[in-house]
Amino acid sequence: MTVSYENSKSIYAGIRAAGVRSISALPETWLGLLLQRAEDDPEMSLIQVTKEEEAVGVAAGAYFAGTPHVLLMQNHGFLAAINGIVSLAQLYGVPLCMLVALRGHWGEPYPWHTRGGIVTEGVLRALGIPFEYARDPAVVGRHIHEALTFSQSSLSPVALLLTRDLMED
Amino acid sequence: MERARCLEMIHPELEEMLVVTIMGACAQELYDLGHRENFFYLQHAMGLASSIGLGLATHLPAERVLVLDGDGSVLMNLGTFATLARYRPANLIHVVFDNGSLLSTGGFDSHTATEVTDLAAVARGAGVDHVVSVANEMEFGEAFVDAVERDAMTVIVARVRATGPDHYGMDLALPENAFRFRRWIAERRARGPVTPRISLEK
Repeated sequence: MTVSYENSKSIYAGIRAAGVRSISALPETWLGLLLQRAEDDPEMSLIQVTKEEEAVGVAAGAYFAGTPHVLLMQNHGFLAAINGIVSLAQLYGVPLCMLVALRGHWGEPYPWHTRGGIVTEGVLRALGIPFEYARDPAVVGRHIHEALTFSQSSLSPVALLLTRDLMED
Repeated sequence: MERARCLEMIHPELEEMLVVTIMGACAQELYDLGHRENFFYLQHAMGLASSIGLGLATHLPAERVLVLDGDGSVLMNLGTFATLARYRPANLIHVVFDNGSLLSTGGFDSHTATEVTDLAAVARGAGVDHVVSVANEMEFGEAFVDAVERDAMTVIVARVRATGPDHYGMDLALPENAFRFRRWIAERRARGPVTPRISLEK
């Protein structure tokens, strides 16, 4: 299994087409090609954090500045960011457009990813965070635009889960 | 040195800055000195004030951003110093009031209480170029003026006593604070390019 070059390209194109020029991220395997594109794009501002909760703060700063922003993280990073999501984004009405690599789910060969993968959807539901699964490269761009739009209109965190179907060849 | 006194010293100079505070005593003391629309109080999510400051500073390079942090909060997000050092926005001033105490959440000693942990050394080790430790009001005032005049990111670690206000409460709902803070920035940008108008007498 390798990370999909073509689909990473489609996702990045979707981020750009949604009008986003600002990304925060914590790198991980599935997001690697995306982040490479962001680094090589002179129009894109990329802030890499040490832990995903930091990115919630950075995203709030971008929102206050009036700049559309996308957060890239693994689902375990989402789990690590929950207090920031709840007690900054949800408490103050700050939109977050989170693109979350869904590791530890259908077809996962690595034991260490599995618990996080199994609980991710339940945690999203418990937190009242709207989410959608992105499986098809043909529509992932539209999904990203819709996630951004919904986060902004609802002043809420929104998660688009990047699945194995999409991220691996 | 009292944090409230430090805030009182700099409050007149904050009209043109985007100010982000941590929760509790620090937020209340600044609010009591006189709320302004360019103040954002992060009343929870401990550790993220400096991350918000980084987001503001990198997306609004023409603005000055001041983060008023504390030892208990910054200890929850020490990685922030490494991220700040990596991107080092020149328009960011990060003040950490170190009272050695989790004052607003019960007054328990923090890890800096015995002065074994040195937050200024942590910031330096993370790669922040300009880090100043201060222990009295005169040093704090000078460090703040230097930071404003310096065209580079500065971290100021200010050792203060573990004291706070005798009351808590603001006539400002939390989302209202966020909406008004964002509106202040948007309206200022709509008026045209921002020229920092900060001048302080030494």
